Amino acid sequence: MILIAVITLGIIGAIGAVFLYAVSRKFEVYEDPRIGQVQEVLPGANCGGCGYPGCSGFAAACIKADTLDGLLCSVGGDVVMARVATILGKDAAKSEPKVAVVRCNGTCEARPRTNVYDGTHRCSVESALYGGETGCSYGCLGYGDCVEACKFDAIHINPVTMIAEVDEDKCTSCGACVKACPKGIIELRKKGPKSRRIYVSCMNKDKGAIARKACANACIGCGKCLKECQFEAITITSNLSYIDFNKCRMCRKCVAVCPTGAIHELNFPPRKAEPAAAPEAKAAVKVEAQAAPATKSVEAKTVAKTEPAAPVTPAEKPEAVKEAPKAADNNNEIQPK
Amino acid sequence: MTIENNRQLSKNTIMLKTFRIGGIHPPENKLTAGKKIVDLALPKQVIIPLGQHIGAPAQPIVNKGDTVKVGTLIAKAGGFVSANIHSSVSGKVNKIDVAIDASGYRKPAVFIDVIGDDWEDTIDRSDTLVKECNLSSKEIIDKIAAAGVVGMGGAQFPTQVKLLPPPGNKAELVIINGVECEPYLTADHSLMLEKSEEILVGVTILMKAVNVKKAVIGIENNKKDAIAKLTKLAASYPGIEIQPLQMKYPQGGEKQLIDAIIRRQVKSGALPISTGAVVQNVGTCFAIYEAVIKNKPLIERVVTVTGKAVKNASNFRVRIGTQISELIEAAGGVPENTGKIISGGPMMGKALVNTEVPITKGGSGVLLINKNESKRQPMHECIRCAKCVNACPMGLNPTLLMNATEFGNWELAEKNFITDCIECGSCSYTCPAYRPLLDNIRYGKAKVSAIIRARKK
Amino acid sequence: MENNLYVSPSPHIHGGDSISKNMYGVLIALIPAFLVSLYFFGLGALIVTCVSVVSCVAFEYLITKYLLKREATISDGSAILTGVLLAFNLPSNLPFWIIIIGALAAIGIGKMSFGGLGRNIFNPALVGRVFLLISFPAQMTTWPVVDALQAFPMTYTDANTGATVLHLIKQGGQHLPDYTSLLIGMKGGSLGEVCALALLLGFIYLLWKKIISWHIPVAIIGTVFIFTGIMYLVNPVTYVNPVYHILSGGLLLGAIFMATDYVTSPMSHAGMIVYGVGIGLLTSLIRLFGSYPEGMSFAILIMNALTPLIDTYIKSKHFGGK
Repeated sequence: MILIAVITLGIIGAIGAVFLYAVSRKFEVYEDPRIGQVQEVLPGANCGGCGYPGCSGFAAACIKADTLDGLLCSVGGDVVMARVATILGKDAAKSEPKVAVVRCNGTCEARPRTNVYDGTHRCSVESALYGGETGCSYGCLGYGDCVEACKFDAIHINPVTMIAEVDEDKCTSCGACVKACPKGIIELRKKGPKSRRIYVSCMNKDKGAIARKACANACIGCGKCLKECQFEAITITSNLSYIDFNKCRMCRKCVAVCPTGAIHELNFPPRKAEPAAAPEAKAAVKVEAQAAPATKSVEAKTVAKTEPAAPVTPAEKPEAVKEAPKAADNNNEIQPK
Repeated sequence: MTIENNRQLSKNTIMLKTFRIGGIHPPENKLTAGKKIVDLALPKQVIIPLGQHIGAPAQPIVNKGDTVKVGTLIAKAGGFVSANIHSSVSGKVNKIDVAIDASGYRKPAVFIDVIGDDWEDTIDRSDTLVKECNLSSKEIIDKIAAAGVVGMGGAQFPTQVKLLPPPGNKAELVIINGVECEPYLTADHSLMLEKSEEILVGVTILMKAVNVKKAVIGIENNKKDAIAKLTKLAASYPGIEIQPLQMKYPQGGEKQLIDAIIRRQVKSGALPISTGAVVQNVGTCFAIYEAVIKNKPLIERVVTVTGKAVKNASNFRVRIGTQISELIEAAGGVPENTGKIISGGPMMGKALVNTEVPITKGGSGVLLINKNESKRQPMHECIRCAKCVNACPMGLNPTLLMNATEFGNWELAEKNFITDCIECGSCSYTCPAYRPLLDNIRYGKAKVSAIIRARKK
Repeated sequence: MENNLYVSPSPHIHGGDSISKNMYGVLIALIPAFLVSLYFFGLGALIVTCVSVVSCVAFEYLITKYLLKREATISDGSAILTGVLLAFNLPSNLPFWIIIIGALAAIGIGKMSFGGLGRNIFNPALVGRVFLLISFPAQMTTWPVVDALQAFPMTYTDANTGATVLHLIKQGGQHLPDYTSLLIGMKGGSLGEVCALALLLGFIYLLWKKIISWHIPVAIIGTVFIFTGIMYLVNPVTYVNPVYHILSGGLLLGAIFMATDYVTSPMSHAGMIVYGVGIGLLTSLIRLFGSYPEGMSFAILIMNALTPLIDTYIKSKHFGGK
């Protein structure tokens, strides 16, 4: 009896298998095997930073394209593109690694509140309603639309300053936070040699006096940086200075002359202190905390607070304020890429 | 549960008309009802924003140091959908700079230092009522445009654009909005009582401008004195009818008012003129009378300054550009523990960041709310009670739209007519879970509208 | 400005309604039924209700605080309401440990496993009741009899039991009590379902306070009336008068208090009617042709599952038509 059952089921199974095989062959969709190969070397984050729908979309685009120019997986970077190039037998274009930069330093200390926002805690909703809780309507609102958008846990709101901070080790420059910020504060800039970069950490387009009243760290559009730059990397539009990261040669002269400390330099070695000029005293260098920005780690060694108002004479320098000597900066010229 | 003010509903409310879908009954708090309009003293400086209307901001034609009189044109309309702006005071132009307006952003404005009170010679300042208007329709509309008249109910839509319907639409009647459904506000009410005949003449001018024979003035039933007075006077104006309406918010919304009066509902995405109705606020009618008959451009308006703790809540006649601080001072100063200062009414008004914001053409009220009532309660999960669905006057599902917005599901939002939302606030008002429905719907509306615009290109 | 002003988007006023107001409103509407149950079932009613309410609240507190690690939500009154409604679906002689299991099923499975208030698909009290019915069929189907002469009988698990009206109907429809007895509650049944008058009083209160609308209860009762009425007309011997069906079993309790639960019922009026008709049909089918005497709980749970579908396809009337 069992034998009959086994044979019957066995025959049914065999028929089913043959049927399935026939159908699968008949309705098979041909997929270029290279897509699978390329997809394997891709990071698999499906973040869309490349501009294509997921890693499979990017793989398909790579295969279709003649050259790999203009195709970049920002998460994987040059290493992954080199592997893709090997598989496909095409040349990978070299690209500069980029990183997201939050161009605002309107901390709670520097930018006093003038009213209390009681609506939905989303940057996009608040931005659509009015200019914000402070006198600067261009600055970071601190509710974290960018944090929500980031798939790589690379951006967080610092609980003390209430400004978004990027963890450059985790950032893949996919651009999600750039799109999420309703004020356009975040920009993808070149990571720079040894991760060094200089940028204007302000978006305020109001006239200097108004900007300064609203925030102690604002760019007032005074133009000192523009005069100082020998490489034509700086432009000033609507009372706001901007450094073109393609032209910047990291001489740090603009950082030294900025009266409000709005220009930031990141990951540079500390300058030698010089007792001389008073204007430099204001140009406190801010080497930002990179590790674990979400925790309450406002360590004195890495963060130097800017002076809000009074010009600091060379004598009374607070801890960790590093001065900027004008001359001795030539050793910090660009490193070869 | 909404608190129904049964005292206000008279016996005949069942017979009175109202709009058919949704609506709520917030407590009226018409603290300033019956108070006579008081002329506010001239301020030392006025700040006249260049963007006091829907559409392109006006372009300034004066410079720093220019002398201006009351009624001098200081900015020209910046496009078809735009409006002229006139000086509301006489004096010298101090500067043309940015100033924070009700939107909370700094926008360009003309700052004028006030010297004396000289008016342009063309303006007729007398109070005599003139009933006849012999101008043609086009001349009337041109005069209205020249005077910079915009919708004074708060929408600030340039009136001359509304009076020129796009091709394919024909005006059948004029509906005048004397409803003033927002709690606390009484500016329109006091205007209807004190300038009744002028308003009626304004209505006839309006009827002439759009070539219709019929006008209906809708007034909510809590303004019985206005209804009585206007009904009596309207007898001598052919074609004008007064229609008392049941009290319900937002009866003053254009689409709701059209539904209430002629029982026609504007289709989704269509203009109100497609129902044949041209709707104007009573304040706008009065401004039309002044513009056409007295050659007076729009330079002042009635503003209600009110609030439960305000010492001298009143209806003030105010020059455009006067800072709100002046009005509050005249009303007895900012009360202790004020939490919010609102430009407009409590349902659709904008909370201000400070009192330096100037009064614009659409600013109908200044409401001061104390701290306890200002702070929002924490929100809970949606309990799907559907009270918001029942309250929505446009028949939408606010909780579904809020969910769609939170998850970025713009297709779902568009399919459920998020762009039809009139932002009246009835949904957030009724929600027992204190969900910020309107905040999210507004954001979703903007996003979906941008997507639709990008698609059309 | 010296003191900082609040800035938020409009509207700036609120109607004052809250979740707890609605929950406590329903509890107030249930007071008449509770008083009647105390009168007829006495100590048993008191114990069952108290045990049910206390365990529901306790489970919700423990689960929210320690399992889900969130703020406790017991203050909104929904756990108390679930406890009361669960109790009203149980016989007054049910041992307390069964009640506690039922409360755990109701709150734990029926509500918290979906994410708490607002996210559950099924009516929690009914989940608890059906769970108990299937797990303890014997205890859940022995109903104490009502002896009108003795108010507040001091019996609990030792109460005298007998058949409910629905049982009698299932067995052929002999010796049914008269309408008056049905209206005032002189019949066997669960705590809350016996007195039709008390439930109707509660219904009027809920309508007056605008906590529910008439659509769901009327749709359910109407459909049951019509369906059972048609069957009665077809065969008056096998089937009883539709009025009996309306007044017996959990129909009124279910139609007024269980089916109208906000979270699990549709949001548009048209959807509510469809939902009510569905429940009415299913209840009638189960009662007349199924093997269970009572079909209400199953009918409501099945229609709960269909609510999202109803909400997707049936929307409220939109301004301007279409």
